[in-house]
Amino acid sequence: MNAEQKNQERYEIRFSGSGGQGLITAAVVFAEAVGVYDGKYVCQTQSYGPEARGGKSKAEVVISSSPIDYPKALELDLLLAMNQAACDAYFYDLKQNGILIVDSGLVEQYPTSRIIAIPFTDIAKDEIGRGLVANMVALGAVGLLSGQVDLTNLEKALLDRVPRGTEEMNSKALQRGIEEARKINLDDLPRSIMSDDDEV
Amino acid sequence: MYDHGQQRHLLQGNEAIVQGALTAGCRFFAGYPITPASEIAEQLSNELPAVDGTFIQMEDEIASMGAIIGASLSGVKSMTATSGPGFSLMQENLGFACVAEVPCVIVNVMRGGPSTGLPTSPAQGDVQMARWGTHGDHPIVVLAVSTVMDSFTITIKAFNIAEKYRIPVILLSDEVVAHTRECVELPDKSEVKVIDRIRPSVPPDWYKPYEGDARGVSPMASFGDGYRHHVTGLIHDVMGFPTQQPREVEDFHLRMAKKISRGFPDIQMTKGFYLDDADFFIVAYGAVARSALRAVQDAREAGFKAGLLQLITLFPFPRRAVTPLLQQCRSVLIPEMNMGQISREVQRVNQGACNVVKYNRVDGKFITPREIYDQLIKL
Repeated sequence: MNAEQKNQERYEIRFSGSGGQGLITAAVVFAEAVGVYDGKYVCQTQSYGPEARGGKSKAEVVISSSPIDYPKALELDLLLAMNQAACDAYFYDLKQNGILIVDSGLVEQYPTSRIIAIPFTDIAKDEIGRGLVANMVALGAVGLLSGQVDLTNLEKALLDRVPRGTEEMNSKALQRGIEEARKINLDDLPRSIMSDDDEV
Repeated sequence: MYDHGQQRHLLQGNEAIVQGALTAGCRFFAGYPITPASEIAEQLSNELPAVDGTFIQMEDEIASMGAIIGASLSGVKSMTATSGPGFSLMQENLGFACVAEVPCVIVNVMRGGPSTGLPTSPAQGDVQMARWGTHGDHPIVVLAVSTVMDSFTITIKAFNIAEKYRIPVILLSDEVVAHTRECVELPDKSEVKVIDRIRPSVPPDWYKPYEGDARGVSPMASFGDGYRHHVTGLIHDVMGFPTQQPREVEDFHLRMAKKISRGFPDIQMTKGFYLDDADFFIVAYGAVARSALRAVQDAREAGFKAGLLQLITLFPFPRRAVTPLLQQCRSVLIPEMNMGQISREVQRVNQGACNVVKYNRVDGKFITPREIYDQLIKL
């Protein structure tokens, strides 16, 4: 097996934004669905500053069909950016044909036209009633668009992790995210994040 | 405690240490929370009471170390967990545990240092401190984990070594391993080997608490068992009373050293990858061993005969595994998240046989496979 094939075996996702947005929780739920329920190899890592809220926060999930040596992301297949700073900082870690998903209410300037912009936080506030569950709306979209997880298992893992009494709200948020993502056709996007390559 | 057997669990390294400790029979934890080790205390505060164990949050790490020594002396397997700054505070009592031969496990989840340092960043700066942090010649065992599964199995091993040899065992983790979540299947408890300390079988009047058996290890009575004995930090005779008699002092030190050196084959653990025909190899431990394994695999694919020796036991330094490879290979690379703390051990046993190259990263970032690969192909 050559290095490229081995890299293709890995699927790498980064959830990024600021501390307090629940990105680590989203990554943990994703990893649990893929690892415990789908039965694949998975490594979930994170890095964050010393602050409890604010500051940079990122969480990663590496998925593979074989044991994972290096646990962190090398080249991202999918980047979720829940604010402008994260989008700017991590955009260059994406593969050429990687998927960039942003919260369109919080990210205003797009680094590429190969982008999926969904107003996760606005959906959470206006439709679910709690801005707090924006992470779960985003998780739904990441779950569908990555194609790496069984969506029923994703919901199971979610219900396992969230505090009692919030199941309905979280599950509704996840489903809304999936629904929004279904409207997206990945084939309609430019093939590369360097969109110049796609010009006619 | 989590279900053992077939079920898969998504655990952090820190959570796996907790499961390992409980499986090994740990029933006492005293500690003080600190990033990146806090999850160990947090989870044990829930789990220990459920198995009739005791959890105490102490006022600081000095007291934490004191508390686990006391608990162990009364017959309970004990542990504490901390990071660099707390580990510094534990050194005085750690020396007491060495001299009084009190089995216990000290987990140090390494973060950037010195002092308060970089609380949320990975590092491997406490390696030599784990060996020599407390003063005086003393026996100690230092182990390092690199995966979540390791964090479970090596924790059990740490307790087993502590109980078998009556010594404190330092378990080094780091911010990367501690906070990485991976899926593990915990083995059935019947498959796990758990060692308990040997207790005296003689009548109380005949008990010599520090005489040592053929291995140099003495049976250990618990406080309250009726075996009256004296426990002190002063160098003591076989009855546990202070002595300055040169022969008794020397006997004490020699027995301390002997009980570990007789156990080398059991204590010194390493894992080898692609070593059989290697022309050059990497020595790595902790999270860095994972980056190194990937770099070695990439090098193999590119046609280079590279290998990896992963150290699980850092001290006593596993020279029996390292020396033959230094003779077999022309170069060795030692990547570390410090200025070169294990590379000096490799140099010490090398005796000029092999070209020793260090690769050090001290900017608070985890070493990537690419960096190691680039160094490796230059060898």
